[in-house]
Amino acid sequence: MTSVKPYGDTLGDGAVQLSFTLPIPWNEAADEAARRLVGMMGFTDVAVVEGRAIAAGFSFFVVYARTPVAIDVSSIQAPSAARETLSLDQVDELVAKRIGRKLKVVGACIGTDAHTVGIDAILNMKGYKGDYGLERYRGFEVFNLGSQIAVEDLVRFARDRGVDAILASQVVTQKGSDIANFTALAELLEAEHVRERVLLIAGGPRVTNLLAAELGYDAGFGRGTLPSDVATFIARRMAERVSA
Amino acid sequence: MFGDLRERTSLFVALLAESSKKRPRFPAAGTAPNDSLAERLRHARNPLVQLMELRIDRDAVDRARRLADAIVDPVEDFIARHSTVSVERAVTRLCGVDGVDSDGVPFPNRLVDALTAREPGIARALGAAIAETGRGPQQIAEAVAAGETLPDPTRTPDAALRAALRPHVDAGLARLDAARRTRDAMLARLPQDAPPLLYVIVASGNIYEDRTAAIAAAEAGAQIVAVIRSTAQSLLDYVPFGATTEGFGGTYATQENFRIMRAALDEASERLGRYVMLTNYASGLCMPEIAATAAVERLDMLLNDSMYGILFRDINMQRTFVDQHFSRQLNARSGIIINTGEDNYLTTADAVEQAPAVLASQFVNESFARRAGLPAGQMGLGDAYEIDPDLEDGFLFQLAQAQLARQIFPDAPLKYMPPTKHMTGNIFKGHLIDAMFNLTSVMTHQTIHLCGMLTEAIHTPFVGDRALALENARYVMGTARHFGDEIEIKPGGKIERRAQDVLAGAVRILDAVAERGLMRAIEDGTFADVRRTRDGGRGYDGVFAKAPGYWNPFAEALRGEPAAA
Repeated sequence: MTSVKPYGDTLGDGAVQLSFTLPIPWNEAADEAARRLVGMMGFTDVAVVEGRAIAAGFSFFVVYARTPVAIDVSSIQAPSAARETLSLDQVDELVAKRIGRKLKVVGACIGTDAHTVGIDAILNMKGYKGDYGLERYRGFEVFNLGSQIAVEDLVRFARDRGVDAILASQVVTQKGSDIANFTALAELLEAEHVRERVLLIAGGPRVTNLLAAELGYDAGFGRGTLPSDVATFIARRMAERVSA
Repeated sequence: MFGDLRERTSLFVALLAESSKKRPRFPAAGTAPNDSLAERLRHARNPLVQLMELRIDRDAVDRARRLADAIVDPVEDFIARHSTVSVERAVTRLCGVDGVDSDGVPFPNRLVDALTAREPGIARALGAAIAETGRGPQQIAEAVAAGETLPDPTRTPDAALRAALRPHVDAGLARLDAARRTRDAMLARLPQDAPPLLYVIVASGNIYEDRTAAIAAAEAGAQIVAVIRSTAQSLLDYVPFGATTEGFGGTYATQENFRIMRAALDEASERLGRYVMLTNYASGLCMPEIAATAAVERLDMLLNDSMYGILFRDINMQRTFVDQHFSRQLNARSGIIINTGEDNYLTTADAVEQAPAVLASQFVNESFARRAGLPAGQMGLGDAYEIDPDLEDGFLFQLAQAQLARQIFPDAPLKYMPPTKHMTGNIFKGHLIDAMFNLTSVMTHQTIHLCGMLTEAIHTPFVGDRALALENARYVMGTARHFGDEIEIKPGGKIERRAQDVLAGAVRILDAVAERGLMRAIEDGTFADVRRTRDGGRGYDGVFAKAPGYWNPFAEALRGEPAAA
């Protein structure tokens, strides 16, 4: 099957659920406005199953509808950066045998972002969901710079310490601040001639490997990533560089 | 009831106000004119109702309190001997200095930076300048910003400079007291619904959008609105000025923004017939200045933790300890309820493991708060619902911890924080986890309830997210309103044993910290596995030892005896 539609209870029915708020007081006409609006989005068989006031000037709707469009999934590729994740021991062995020294890894929440929960889960000894963090690996020397690190400071650190991999984390995405910060980091690394010497990795709940590639990063890790996924990527890619 | 309100706008609001009148409320304000918010929060729970109760080791609780005091004592000695630039800037703000110069630098910063010696305190220099020139504090600040130098205060007789500043000090204190009286009067006239008080955040970055969101949230049942600050503000060593429309992950805390929100919520409070509270953050490098500003603009709560900034924002520990003390003195006088940040221990590490750290921190926060004169009724000690939802019986652990805090701090308006760490893009499951959090909160009689958002892991809340969260909380807390008063906890069962373990663990932590001293313990990474050095972190250069004869007329006026717990 290459061409698919959303599946409700019958193949090809195109069933979707939507919910949204309109900045208008609720009345019968508001329901009708919501129904027509969803029709204008291209949906058919629109049913406003819930419409009500959530405040004096706002109405909330739950809508079921069908979409006429389908997608050819055979044409779509989004390679994950996490493939065949190795165990801690395997990563350490790979680093010891192929690289023969500890890899220096620096992590930071860049820009004004103060949410270190993601980078801490990957780097801290304890790790996340029973998967040890990079600090636990013999093969890595980890520097966790923490929150609100200016990209200038991160680049300076990477250059002065000769790090092998940079992990930049962004949790706050408001008004595109994450993209701006990721971009600023990549550009500054280029300008300072550090980019080619390091693995540059983006992380955060809204990051995908595809997005990271578009931003000129070597990899991107999103929600559900375990420390061992990142560890495996760094070890393998560095081993490849040694062989190359 | 809420879902059936298919009425026209005006009718909707009227009905909402009407329906809320039928629900239980705080006892009507007493006849005493000083029947403060804290007093009424303290009485919000009817002591005659038989609540579910854990059997806990009261000796262990007493021991924990003694240890917390032993931990805080030496830090208090340090605090008494030091001041900071932000404390001094707060003094100028309380004396009426406000505004920014042509470069956008706040006049309070200009004034304090202009001191040739800061050790005697800004009050001396300001008092001397008033005595010498006859000008007011604002005029002096503007003149200094324009290049004039402050007079050498040692050349002015002590009595003269004190007398010169006195009217401005009195006027500052009067502004604080007037705001408090206004709040008390509004609360008496517009009583809130019974706790847990439903608390939501707005965080658009634009104060005018925040205002719209806050009004909508109030109409949907919110009783407290917090304006989340722009994510970098805790690291700014000044308070931004004016109404702001740009921010990341939140909106700048400025006096004008406070004023805009307070006015909007006052209007909504009148319309809805219940007082809607406003919250912001007295944290970061400008704790005391925010506390001073919030007091004047009648904020009702402030996030204000004794250690949060040190551990999670790398703000220097000496700076934080001194700043939190003066902030809390101001909060005490203003009737502002503090919210402490224990939830952060749970979001950065395993929540089951960290439960004793939360309790230990609550004891430490309590002790610091008491030393600043804050009564128990203004101590919104924090906790959070952060245990992994996949853990079997995790709900029992949550219940144990929340009930434990309720019993140990019976008069504190406990602040209960929602799940964040295990929230994902699966909003449907997230909404369910929030419902369990809501149930725990109402069962254990939490006071300040930050409503969990189903979109927690995705974006700062949409207006619809907030309405769904409030609906969830209102449903669960309505349908299970007196559940906690109807059940008994099995003696020796899982819940009780867990609570006992947490308490014992907290005592062990406090023991270890008391032995080493708090600053040393933080240097060793005792809290949240974060190590901070005594002289490291942001804002250390703003800490200084007081000279003999140092003068801070506000700290003097606010000192008094610690309020009874």
